[in-house]
Amino acid sequence: MLQRLFKFKGGVKPQTNKTQSVGLPIAVAPLPTRLIVPLHQSIGGTPDPLVAPGERVLKGQKIGGADGWISSAVHAPTSGTVLAVEERVAPHPSGLPTLSVIIEPDGRDEWITRTPVDYKALAPETVREMLRDAGVVGLGGAVFPSHAKLSASKTVPMEELVINGAECEPYITCDDLLMRERAEDVVRGVGLFRDLLRPKRVLIGIEDNKPEAVAAMKRAVQALGEDFAVIAVPTRYPAGGAKQLIRVLTGKEVPAAKRSTELGVQCFNVATAYTAWRAVAHGEPVISRIVTLTGNVAQPRNWEVLIGTPLAEFVALGQPKADTDGYLMGGPMMGFEMPSPDAPLVKATNCIIAGSPTLFPPKAPEMPCIRCGECAKACPHELQPFELYWFARAKNFGKTQEYSIFDCIECGCCSYVCPSRIPLVQYFRFAKSEIWAREREKNAADTAKARFEFRNLRDEREKAEKAERLAKAAAAKAAEKKAEPAPAAPAADAGIGAPAAADGGAPAAAPLDAEAVKKATIAAAIERARQQREAVQPKNTDRLTPAQQKEIAEIEARRAPLQAEQPERSAPPATDAAQEQQNQ
Amino acid sequence: MMDFTTPPYLLKTASVQRVMLQVLAALLPGIAAYIWLIGPIVLVQLAIATLAALAAEAAMLKLRDKPLGLFLGDGSAVVTAWLIALTFPPLAPWWLLVVGVLFAIVVAKHLYGGLGQNPFNPAMIAFAVCIVSFPALMSQWPALGLKTSFGEQIDIVFGLAARVDAMTGATPLDAIKTALKLGEGAVDVPALLANQDIFGNFAGRGWEWVAAGYLIGGLWLWKRGIVSWHAPLGFIGGITLLAGALWLWNPAQFAGPLFHLFSGGAMLGAFFIVTDPVSGCTTPKGKFVFGFAAGLLAYVIRVFGGYPDGVAFAVLLVNICVPLIDMYTQPPIFGMKNEK
Ligand code: SF4
Ligand code: SF4
Repeated sequence: MLQRLFKFKGGVKPQTNKTQSVGLPIAVAPLPTRLIVPLHQSIGGTPDPLVAPGERVLKGQKIGGADGWISSAVHAPTSGTVLAVEERVAPHPSGLPTLSVIIEPDGRDEWITRTPVDYKALAPETVREMLRDAGVVGLGGAVFPSHAKLSASKTVPMEELVINGAECEPYITCDDLLMRERAEDVVRGVGLFRDLLRPKRVLIGIEDNKPEAVAAMKRAVQALGEDFAVIAVPTRYPAGGAKQLIRVLTGKEVPAAKRSTELGVQCFNVATAYTAWRAVAHGEPVISRIVTLTGNVAQPRNWEVLIGTPLAEFVALGQPKADTDGYLMGGPMMGFEMPSPDAPLVKATNCIIAGSPTLFPPKAPEMPCIRCGECAKACPHELQPFELYWFARAKNFGKTQEYSIFDCIECGCCSYVCPSRIPLVQYFRFAKSEIWAREREKNAADTAKARFEFRNLRDEREKAEKAERLAKAAAAKAAEKKAEPAPAAPAADAGIGAPAAADGGAPAAAPLDAEAVKKATIAAAIERARQQREAVQPKNTDRLTPAQQKEIAEIEARRAPLQAEQPERSAPPATDAAQEQQNQ
Repeated sequence: MMDFTTPPYLLKTASVQRVMLQVLAALLPGIAAYIWLIGPIVLVQLAIATLAALAAEAAMLKLRDKPLGLFLGDGSAVVTAWLIALTFPPLAPWWLLVVGVLFAIVVAKHLYGGLGQNPFNPAMIAFAVCIVSFPALMSQWPALGLKTSFGEQIDIVFGLAARVDAMTGATPLDAIKTALKLGEGAVDVPALLANQDIFGNFAGRGWEWVAAGYLIGGLWLWKRGIVSWHAPLGFIGGITLLAGALWLWNPAQFAGPLFHLFSGGAMLGAFFIVTDPVSGCTTPKGKFVFGFAAGLLAYVIRVFGGYPDGVAFAVLLVNICVPLIDMYTQPPIFGMKNEK
């Protein structure tokens, strides 16, 4: 079949450095001494812990239940004892702790009873729930819960299902090896997705620097009698970005403001398809994944590793060389440094690269922007990075939004080519986090204002009602008085209000009320001021670097890494940010 | 240590210095032709300008408290210096070059904020300032018919010998303009161009090959991806359009586009001046518009204005419009091509 390929603009061609780690087959990593399983491993809500310290768990037992629809379950990777449920350092650039279940393996590796099902006999809804409860998330790095992407749009017919085996980041080879060795299960998983989404065509895109994987996938497709197209796409970073791959295979461009399903496309990573199949047809939840261990190690290769394996125990398998000075998680374009050797490997960990000064030499000093436009040429989203940089630097965040900063996927192409070596991506993350922070502040202030106004309104209404009541009472009394002209003032109930009551008992009433209103107004004003102060307090927009890290931490999860499956939508600012904050 | 704070951890081996060095290399064919035409004095002028530029740059960096090694080595000052040396008359006194260079580096570059910040092309500022302040000196181009020795040239440049009027002549552009003015309609251009003392195969004698040298260097820059085709093509297009239209309308009074493209600073301008990233437009469409506007203006000024060439003023005028052009030529981003 002749498949027409499209081009995406921009992109770069860094050294791929993939050959080092493809020489050996995938090996199963030995059981580590401890497992640290973070509960929050996907985009969306944090699963609630379902186990307590001291409890014995079985391999595959659910230890964190999905919290809401956009969330995904977490399981015990092996049998053993829960030592603690506590905050541990997360594999995240911020190094902030996250609630984790610590398990001491008992070495027996004893499974729960696995119940394979024939998904064809089940309602699609049930299958989606199964996937959620099996912890199936995007394994390309975005870790978006897969079940939530498996419903077609109600209005737009599903035309293409794009399967992402491009793996465009340098060094990473886990998908390559998975496709070479386990192509059939990948294809079966793709079949499962196809049956849930019912697209017209299924397109599997693999960068043409992986001919073995392409061949293996073609064979598997044929062996299983499917009609999926396995397509070799030109090797160019970030061809494995969901949007770029969709563009290359279908010609469609998904803007930041839209979901791909609105254009009749959906995209999944090959490893996600594989785990989905294992979950449904074998009853095995996602408790392990394939991770490339490469870089400055004596033995680079791919390992099947239990989720929760501490970094230090994992890297020991590859025998890091003496001058190793750090470990990257992910690729060199979008990855980050693991904050601690104790940080665990998680579902998002596709690759660990041991770094050394020779491998990643220190960057030459930054120079001013010379407006050469190289960054704009390299940007796959056709943005003007130097303009964004300029506005972000000037903290003119309104302008950065005018120049579509939220369309930036943080792929790093612009920084890669910049002759002045400006860390452009850093500036964009900073600008995004600032915008989110302000959005949050504004929301908080708006809520406070609404609350205050509501209270004011209520006070006024109550006052009006009271005045009305009193007026009525006074009128009634006056009528009474008229009816039976007693000379004595009804001092007892001359209490409040009735304006200009004829008798002497009333005069105190009006001033009293006015004072009460004044007091209330003052109190309200003070309260408003306090609330405003509070709302504005966490502001750190005037310092450029220090508070930035934490903020970046928050957006990190949302930034949809390439390679990746689609994060489904691009961050409607405030709610997501707020949600994430809760999750941390 | 790895620089862990900032992905990507891989960077292309690109630097401002490399860009500038390639620009300098691309000037070499033109310079070679220039030396062949005028003599080794061209090298002397290049050296004077380079030294002055580096000294001025170093002084300004020191004043502004910037790392000397980093910025002095970036090559941008040398590019400015060379452009000044190549646009000034080759026998201009040494101090004129120094004045031009100082103005370019101190005022046009550093007072505006240094590398990357200058809204005007520094070399063109130097040219404009000098031609306004020293119109006579800036109009003395060597007469080609008269061979002067290197020693004589040196004497002239360093003021050791009096400037001999007989040694200077009109540039081809000037020759046409003056002849037409004096002839008041009686002379026609084809007849003028037949004068083999001044004119060569398609433009000024000898000068056409210097321009061809710049063209070759420029094409090489384009091939290397250092400059995009937009600005040069716009510039060449602007000149060709106007020159061609007027020439077709009245070939007796107007020289053809080929003549104009290979005369004066047109080729140098097309590939080395309108392509200056800092003071030019940044969007592809904007670059074209920038080049085109500069081309039109350059033609108008050189043909109808009072100066021998119009490239410098044209470029400076369009420099002013850069933010506007950029604003109106923002390309649509990914996924938004069909939206308004
Ligand atoms: S690549 Fe760097 S120097 Fe060039 S325009 Fe972009 S930010 Fe500026
Ligand atoms: S990081 Fe953002 S601005 Fe830079 S190239 Fe990628 S998408 Fe474009």
